Amino acid sequence: MSLNARLLPLAATLVIFLVAYAVCYAQYPAMLSTRVIGNLLTDNAFLGIVAVGMTFVIISGGIDLSVGSVIAFAGVFIAVMLRDTSLHPLTVFSLLLLLTTLFGASMGAVIHYLEMPAFIVTLAGMFLARGMAYVLSIDAVPITHEFYDYMQRLYWLMPGKGRLTLIGGLMLLVVVAGSLLAHRTRFGMNVYAIGGGAQTASLMGVPLARTTMAIYALSGLLAGLAGIVFSIYTSAGYSLATVGVELDAIAAVVIGGTLLTGGSGFVAGTLIGVLIMGLIQTYIIFDGSLSSWWTKILIGMLLFAFIVLQKGLVWTTAKRRIAGG
Amino acid sequence: MPQSDNQPLLRARGLRKVFPGTIALDGVDFWLEAGEVHALLGENGAGKSTLIKCLTGAYRRDGGDILLNGDMIDPKGTIDAQAYGIGTVYQEVNLLPNLTVAENLCLGHQPTRFGMISTRAMNRRAREVLSQFGLDIDVARSLASYSVAVQQVIAIARAVTLSGKVLILDEPTASLDSHEVDLVFGVVRSLRERGLGIIFISHFLDQIFEITDRVTVLRNGRLVGTEATRDIDRVRLVNLMLGRELEQEVRSHGKTHAAAGEPRLTFTGFGRKGSIEPFDLSIRPGEVVGIAGLLGSGRTETAEVLFGVAAHDSGEARRGDGTALRLTSPREAIAAGFGFCPEDRKTDGVIADLTVRENIALALQARIGWMRRIPAREQRAMANDYIRKLDIRTPDAEKPVGLLSGGNQQKVMLARWLVTNPSFLILDEPTRGIDVGAHAEIIRLIEDLCAQGMSLLVISSELDELVAYSHRVIVVRDRHHVAELAGGDITTDNMVRAIAAPEREAIN
Repeated sequence: MSLNARLLPLAATLVIFLVAYAVCYAQYPAMLSTRVIGNLLTDNAFLGIVAVGMTFVIISGGIDLSVGSVIAFAGVFIAVMLRDTSLHPLTVFSLLLLLTTLFGASMGAVIHYLEMPAFIVTLAGMFLARGMAYVLSIDAVPITHEFYDYMQRLYWLMPGKGRLTLIGGLMLLVVVAGSLLAHRTRFGMNVYAIGGGAQTASLMGVPLARTTMAIYALSGLLAGLAGIVFSIYTSAGYSLATVGVELDAIAAVVIGGTLLTGGSGFVAGTLIGVLIMGLIQTYIIFDGSLSSWWTKILIGMLLFAFIVLQKGLVWTTAKRRIAGG
Repeated sequence: MPQSDNQPLLRARGLRKVFPGTIALDGVDFWLEAGEVHALLGENGAGKSTLIKCLTGAYRRDGGDILLNGDMIDPKGTIDAQAYGIGTVYQEVNLLPNLTVAENLCLGHQPTRFGMISTRAMNRRAREVLSQFGLDIDVARSLASYSVAVQQVIAIARAVTLSGKVLILDEPTASLDSHEVDLVFGVVRSLRERGLGIIFISHFLDQIFEITDRVTVLRNGRLVGTEATRDIDRVRLVNLMLGRELEQEVRSHGKTHAAAGEPRLTFTGFGRKGSIEPFDLSIRPGEVVGIAGLLGSGRTETAEVLFGVAAHDSGEARRGDGTALRLTSPREAIAAGFGFCPEDRKTDGVIADLTVRENIALALQARIGWMRRIPAREQRAMANDYIRKLDIRTPDAEKPVGLLSGGNQQKVMLARWLVTNPSFLILDEPTRGIDVGAHAEIIRLIEDLCAQGMSLLVISSELDELVAYSHRVIVVRDRHHVAELAGGDITTDNMVRAIAAPEREAIN
């Protein structure tokens, strides 16, 4: 096998994306325009950012269910702070990011030191963050600030009249930074190592406590950033927003070729996963007659296909090893 | 073998480690020279791994000193030991299969530029390191794509790069074939020439004689002896490992009359590929058949195949009256009146958190089915009955078994099978890790059971023990039943000879 087995899920994702895009293009040639692409990036910016954090968590063999609630909390927090105080949005952003990062780090600490499953700890975090959002405001709070108007107007006009908005660009930036962090730093290597086997990794000198906390802190930070992006996207903060986004993020990560069992995956794959999900939605909008629930059905089928693919890969690798490969 | 006049490279003085119920290490002295391969030998539970874990700081020792180049050291854990220069490679490759070879070699020490890992420099370094070990492989591929032997060499390479003074190899060859063993041994030899001190743990005698310079033998947590490998022969080595220091009390016990009559069970051509070669075995009522052999020779596998833990794939089993028996799972074996006390009480046998009563009731409950619960009063009566009969030392039947001593745990496990009233009981190392007094009691118990007409198959590495109670002894070597001794032929010398005999020499 000349192709590295690790690259296979990524390659599969890429092929699916290209095929899907080709199918869409065959039916609606207008889909192949920078406008559609620009919108795809803008509409899914918050999901893409939070999915990058989720990628790290899942590569390390964990899960973070709190991110959807954290995004909602972030929106309400920003909206309330801008309404009730005279702080500049940038100051509010830094406060928020500090808060969500600490929130993530403390979940990581609980997971590591109390040896609790990440599922339970972040489930608690999910309720906590959602509850905090309700405490701040039950109603949707509109955001009216000239700095917000300014940010929403910012874009780079791509050839073909497509707009790469600030938030779309931010997402791409996060993906690039995430890729570097995952593949080119010791922290990133340690994340993969923990995903490959926490016990072994620890025997090899990986600092488990520090790395686990950093992973969930990163996920918290990116969830906060996704919250900022979402607030720019919607100009409001609402405690009932982004319910279930954590599941969308997990789906995007898995469709992006990251093993749910940890240890293997690519941040770039996650971006493609997000784009595939966005593409399905765009197609349904273009079609106009299909129910939007078809998005969920297709994503469900894709997810299932990827789980089967991953299992198949694990089997073939195991078989080759037994054969003495 | 290089001998230095000054300090040995690594020295342990009077190492002591106590676990609840057992003394795992009892004042063990050990020293390792630079540039030697030093074998550490002993049966299961002899204290090999405890010694290694104390040396690397994985366990806190309860007494004794560790000196490296004459300086006292106190490693707090494997990472700390690594910093002192002591690296360990385990039987199970302790590397990460999902990372590339280079990433595994350099984890935690990757070459960086501006905080970014330079993959190219990392791969180059990994290639350089591996070329010293005679490996020319694609380091950018994932570790999982290479064979266990190559992974083992990579693990050695990592340990040597990071530590570089002492290398501990804990059964590194257990899952390798002979060609792969050569690969690993080549590496070990070159490291010896580079002046490392290497501790080599293996239970393959051939490998010990092939690669090591000195041998240290442990038994029951005590040092039995340290000798130069070239001055020792197989028979003596096996003697040291299996020993002969049973209490006189036990030895003087008369053997019950050799059982006569029709066999109760007959196994013909029984075996399982890759675990034990087909063997014939018949056992009569009231007979004790002993199984002697070294660790990994197929003695436990014999028991597991008989009890259906690992289902046999050849041969058949019949009762004395000629009816065929199906024995492909422990459930069927239990239904056929078999009982099995496995070797490792802690992991396979007693359930430490359950009480004495619950443990005893377990097998009987399993036999009559979960739907018909044994009434609590009956359970209590049964437990108290066996606590008295077997003299289990426990304040009451409601004490968790984990809190009892090893010998008493063993008795609880025996009691569990005895309540099911089996006709054929298999005991795998019934006297392992228990103190001398309890030892004698267990042996008396075995004799009582067989006097009552039960058939027993007893696996033991205590040869004297086998001499004391067996009517017949089967010797196992390299997954074959190689010899059967009966009556007056059952002596430790005969057994040792059969166990130690090299491959070709047939013994009958």
